[in-house]
Amino acid sequence: MIPQPRFAGDLSTLKTHAFGHRSMTWWGVIAFFLIEGTAFAMAFAAYFFLMNLEQGWPPPDFRPPGLVAGTLFTLLILLSEIPNTMLKHAAEKGQLRKVRRLLLLMVGLAVAMLVLRAFEFASLNVWWSDNAYGSIVWALLLLHAAHFATDWVDTVVLAGVMHTRHGQEGRKFVDVAENAMYWRFVWLTWLPIYVMIYWIPRWAS
Amino acid sequence: MTAKISPRDHDRDGEKLQGEALHFRLEKTWSREPGLWGWLSTTDHKEIGRRYIVTAMIFLALGGLVSLLMRLQLASPESGLISAQRYNELFTMHGTTMMFLFAVPVMEAIAIYILPLMLGTRNIAFPRLNAFSYWAYLSGGILLWAAFLLNIGPDAGWFSYVPLAGPEFSPGKRTDIWAQMVTFTEIAALAVSVEIVATILKLRAPGMTLARMPIFAWAMLVVSLMTIFSMPSVTLASGFLLSDRLVGTHFYNQYEYGDALLWQHLFWFFGHPEVYIIFLPAAGFVSEIVQTFSRRPTFGYTAIVLAIVAIGLLAFGLWVHHMFATGLPRVGYSFYTAASMTVAIPSGIQIFCWIATMWDGRPRFQVPLLYVVGFVITFVLGGLTGVMLASVPLDLQLHDTYFVVAHFHYVLVGGSVFPLLGAVTYWFPKFTGRMMSERLGQATFWLLFGGFQLAFAPMHLSGLMGMPRRVYTYPEGMGWDLTNLLSTIGAFIVALAVLMFVVNALLSMKRGQAAGANPWDAPGLEWATGSPPPVYNFPHIPVVTSRTPLWDNRAKLPVMTGLRVDEREQLLTTVIDARPDLREPSPIPTIWPFVASLALAALFVSSMFTPWAVVIGTPPLAAALVAWFWPKSPDVTPEPVIE
Amino acid sequence: MIARRAFALSLAFLLGGCSGIQSALGRDGRHGEIFGGLFAIFLAVTLFVYLIVIAFLLAGIFRRRGKRQDGLPDEEGESREASLRKGLIGWAAFIALGLSVLTVASFVADRLMAQASGPDPLRIQIVAHQWWWEVRYEDADPSRTFRTANELHLPVGVPVQITLMSNDVIHSFWVPNLAGKQDLIPGRTTQIALHPTREGVYRGQCAEYCGLQHARMALDVTVEPVAAFRTWRTQQLLPAPLPRTPLQQAGLRYVETRECGACHSIVGTRASGQVAPDLTHLASRRTIGAGTYPMSRGHLYAWVADPQSAKPGNRMPHIPLEPDQLHAIVAYLETLR
Ligand code: HEA
Ligand code: HEA
Ligand code: HEC
Ligand code: CUA
Ligand SMILES: [Cu+2]
Repeated sequence: MIPQPRFAGDLSTLKTHAFGHRSMTWWGVIAFFLIEGTAFAMAFAAYFFLMNLEQGWPPPDFRPPGLVAGTLFTLLILLSEIPNTMLKHAAEKGQLRKVRRLLLLMVGLAVAMLVLRAFEFASLNVWWSDNAYGSIVWALLLLHAAHFATDWVDTVVLAGVMHTRHGQEGRKFVDVAENAMYWRFVWLTWLPIYVMIYWIPRWAS
Repeated sequence: MTAKISPRDHDRDGEKLQGEALHFRLEKTWSREPGLWGWLSTTDHKEIGRRYIVTAMIFLALGGLVSLLMRLQLASPESGLISAQRYNELFTMHGTTMMFLFAVPVMEAIAIYILPLMLGTRNIAFPRLNAFSYWAYLSGGILLWAAFLLNIGPDAGWFSYVPLAGPEFSPGKRTDIWAQMVTFTEIAALAVSVEIVATILKLRAPGMTLARMPIFAWAMLVVSLMTIFSMPSVTLASGFLLSDRLVGTHFYNQYEYGDALLWQHLFWFFGHPEVYIIFLPAAGFVSEIVQTFSRRPTFGYTAIVLAIVAIGLLAFGLWVHHMFATGLPRVGYSFYTAASMTVAIPSGIQIFCWIATMWDGRPRFQVPLLYVVGFVITFVLGGLTGVMLASVPLDLQLHDTYFVVAHFHYVLVGGSVFPLLGAVTYWFPKFTGRMMSERLGQATFWLLFGGFQLAFAPMHLSGLMGMPRRVYTYPEGMGWDLTNLLSTIGAFIVALAVLMFVVNALLSMKRGQAAGANPWDAPGLEWATGSPPPVYNFPHIPVVTSRTPLWDNRAKLPVMTGLRVDEREQLLTTVIDARPDLREPSPIPTIWPFVASLALAALFVSSMFTPWAVVIGTPPLAAALVAWFWPKSPDVTPEPVIE
Repeated sequence: MIARRAFALSLAFLLGGCSGIQSALGRDGRHGEIFGGLFAIFLAVTLFVYLIVIAFLLAGIFRRRGKRQDGLPDEEGESREASLRKGLIGWAAFIALGLSVLTVASFVADRLMAQASGPDPLRIQIVAHQWWWEVRYEDADPSRTFRTANELHLPVGVPVQITLMSNDVIHSFWVPNLAGKQDLIPGRTTQIALHPTREGVYRGQCAEYCGLQHARMALDVTVEPVAAFRTWRTQQLLPAPLPRTPLQQAGLRYVETRECGACHSIVGTRASGQVAPDLTHLASRRTIGAGTYPMSRGHLYAWVADPQSAKPGNRMPHIPLEPDQLHAIVAYLETLR
């Protein structure tokens, strides 16, 4: 009953990896972008929903967050796009040595930013348990911190992999390139959050 | 790294390697280890799909049994059979189980099993994620039901409105368990959606352009995208709820600048799309069944696909119709009324196309098609009551009455469970290699259909006569006695029919008539391989030249050859016109997804007791994930790049 | 099928006017009348659509198919595809038309309902509690406001504006014979307008799941002639009558000294609690415990002796009373007319 085959073509000469939307990894990464992007969008919606209900934002007796740590973080994450772009190009060209070095650099930069992130929490001037303003501000910062930390772990693991002999495999370069793409998403989502945490309370109050 | 190795250095299928010899080689490459370890590590979409289906069906039985208890209590006024507290737990368990643990997962489950076969590929995309999603789903289900048996089951309804579900009015663990269960199932559903999108877009057989894809695949593509865009909303909502309850945030606390309606918006922004996430796969089943049993290609393929896409888009603009009674500005409501009614256009178009296919074809009224007929009769009625509910002045009366309960059982049971049972009957030979009994199947259908109408038609009346939903009892003399009694009798008939369905499946699995590859003479690729299919699905990758490949290639099926047989390899094709593009490896089985799900479960469960669990529980989870993604040490030489 | 026919029959029966004291089909207020009209339009359009679908389905099932037994599409295949296409377009247009009718009808009905309440309405404030209704009749003159619980008296033909608030969770105010429902949401204030047009006794019930005793959160509504309403209102403004017999006097003493007075208020006595139903004119109400019991001596005994038995979990605790205390309290409560 199974129909007999009629051989109509040969696949053996196809490549086994490619960059961008031709690879499966890229689709996985895009799908996770969409999921996380939606989660952020809903969190933003919740922020504005709560804000619109109130007269004061932040509520009376609360000061807007301090600017220093958050602004430094923002500058650093924007600057990090330079080595990130270099990393992506190096991966696409298969330059293993360069990829290894740049990965380590990215890991290091991210550590610096994680430290800054800790100071950001300290400069919010509100606790999550003070009121809903505090809750949503903490939530935004935490969501982004989790997002950031996930990508950082991913980068660390990739840096590890690329320093083993698996670094030889073409497909691993695809992974590095996708990770670089993800990093762009991390800083892109940060920009609105930066405005919402640090500036809107200044403009609104 | 650039050393050139000729493609011939690896074994591939082709003229020289086919038939038994090929089967032997592929089976060796694609099968998993035997035993428990292998069972826990499997990445085969069919094995996981089967598990998913069986688990979801068990939850249907559990959710259904619970509804029988509710119906017993409601059979007569002022009945003292079940206490108020228990009843509230029962309907919460019923709704939660049916929506989160049965209806959404079962549709995904069938897609996990059947989609890769329909699309002509060897495995689903991201098979390890697939394994993980099953374990996460199972954890959520076990958590919920274990809690219920331990007498700490949730009791705030399937949408857990705050502040009733908040820290002040629901102390204890009940609602935490509900919220964590939601998180588990969301993770599972999101994971499956990612796999399905990637599978549909990248793993289709050569030649299966988007325009030739089975309608079921279109439905699953839209549903998966809807899941991706709607579920994060409820994940966020339940996360906020948990943090309000456990660490003292105030998202929903109106006295500290929070708001109770924030919950409702976030919940229904997901909850409304969810009902189409349940319905659209069923519409996909109906399309497949109608086509096969009418022996005619589905009429209006393009119209149905556009309708599915339109429903998917519109679904995101309707959520407020669940909140008409909250007192938002009246004029704004008109928008949601109009939008909700607009959904009737694509729905009506689909209905027309299905009936037209039957009308113009030469239908065989075997069990799957009977379910489709039952579906049309029932779903349309439920859809029409939905249109009534979409009208603000009507809804303000009917909201939260048994009229709504009638509406959503007509669309959920009639619109989704009927097609589901039809689909299970239809694909049963593919799953098991045997047919379900036709005679028992027909008897089951009629009993189910009759019992269903008896159970749920009277609820329209109960509702119009003023019976609110979610009441554990009602006074005498309200005129609700008879309608409720009828509903209860009907519910038991439905239960008998479901039981018969289960019995039929179990008996047929052992003793059913052997099926052969294509017992229904169906046109889809899933019927181009054995029943049940071999682990590797297809010996050669089929090539598609039309929407109904097996009808149009009765003599010989064109195939492409050249995938490796000594490693798990998959063909990637281009997104729109499915031209062969790449050969990528498909991950081998591994225990790590299972371990990761255990770590996740430990984290989630313990986080209900202390927030520190997040700190302590994250490293093991991260470790399991790293182990999962760490490349295996190559015991076969990696294939060099072929320029 | 039998069920369906029974359904159709009884629906016709219902629309014919047989409706109970808690029925969405009752036309006992302006809103109910508009609802009835709109519902009839929807029913007509949807039934018509439904019949078309079923007719097409039956045609699809029972159509004579004659020659085409061989499994190959026959010659006229093409032309039928074309006529089906036309049919599909016509169908889509027809649905769009039907929906437009329904949308417009719905919108018009909504506007009509918004205008159904008139100027200078009777103002009432309702605060929902788990699981009872606190009712406050407002007046420009503060000395003419008063509290009651679980009951509404409304003058027939007079518009009513009710302000709704909640003390704990979300509830929903719903007296189906008079109008649709409106949620009471903690932290927000909502409004509902009624305009009763027919005298009668109706039942309202909380329509949003609000926890354990959501099922027993009813509201007793009396729509009466304006004169009767005035009398009732005047009566409600009075303080509680003084107990006369020694038994009744003992009852008042117990109510004041035992825990009762800490939660309940009885105007004119030392009982002044604000967290429970006002009892000043308890005996003039028709129910006890938000519809749990009808008002009667026996049920007062039952409630006071153990409020937890018929309405488990409600916020009034079981207070152990000696038999003579119970007799006295009930005797006193019965005087609160
Ligand atoms: C499979 C699930 C499913 C489906 C498909 C639908 C479909 C629809 N639903 Fe339903 N709905 C639910 C599941 C579903 N619903 C659930 C679970 C709830 C309750 C949740 C809870 O509170 O617990 C609910 C509640 C619900 C409400 C809120 C009620 C309330 O709580 O007050 C509303 C209000 O607008 C509504 C409307 C609709 C509409 C307009 C459609 C439309 O999509 C229907 C479209 C289909 C048709 C109309 C039939 C075919 C069309 C024709 C034959 C064309 C001709 C038609 C005309 C000219 C009218 N639904
Ligand atoms: C897909 C979803 C789905 C399905 C299939 C059903 C199926 C049924 N439901 Fe539904 N129901 C909901 C979703 C669903 N429900 C939701 C979302 C709510 C709202 C909850 C809330 O308010 O929070 C609800 C609420 C709800 C109520 C209202 C409760 C209330 O408001 O107080 C009632 C009352 O009658 C009811 C009854 C039934 C009945 C009798 C069935 C029957 O069709 C069930 C038939 C099935 C069986 C009876 C199982 C039979 C199994 C066996 C016999 C065992 C087999 C044995 C082995 C496997 C070993 N349901
Ligand atoms: C802790 C507070 C509390 C105390 C003390 C208390 N009650 Fe109550 N009582 C309530 C509440 C709350 C209700 C409303 C219960 C419901 O219907 O859910 C109620 C209801 C009632 C009702 C029915 C009112 C109605 O309109 O339906 C009566 C009668 C009553 N109480 C009498 C008494 C008497 C007599 C005592 C003393 C022996 C007493 N109560 C002590 C809280 C209290
Ligand atoms: Cu109050 Cu339900
Ligand atoms: Cu909806």
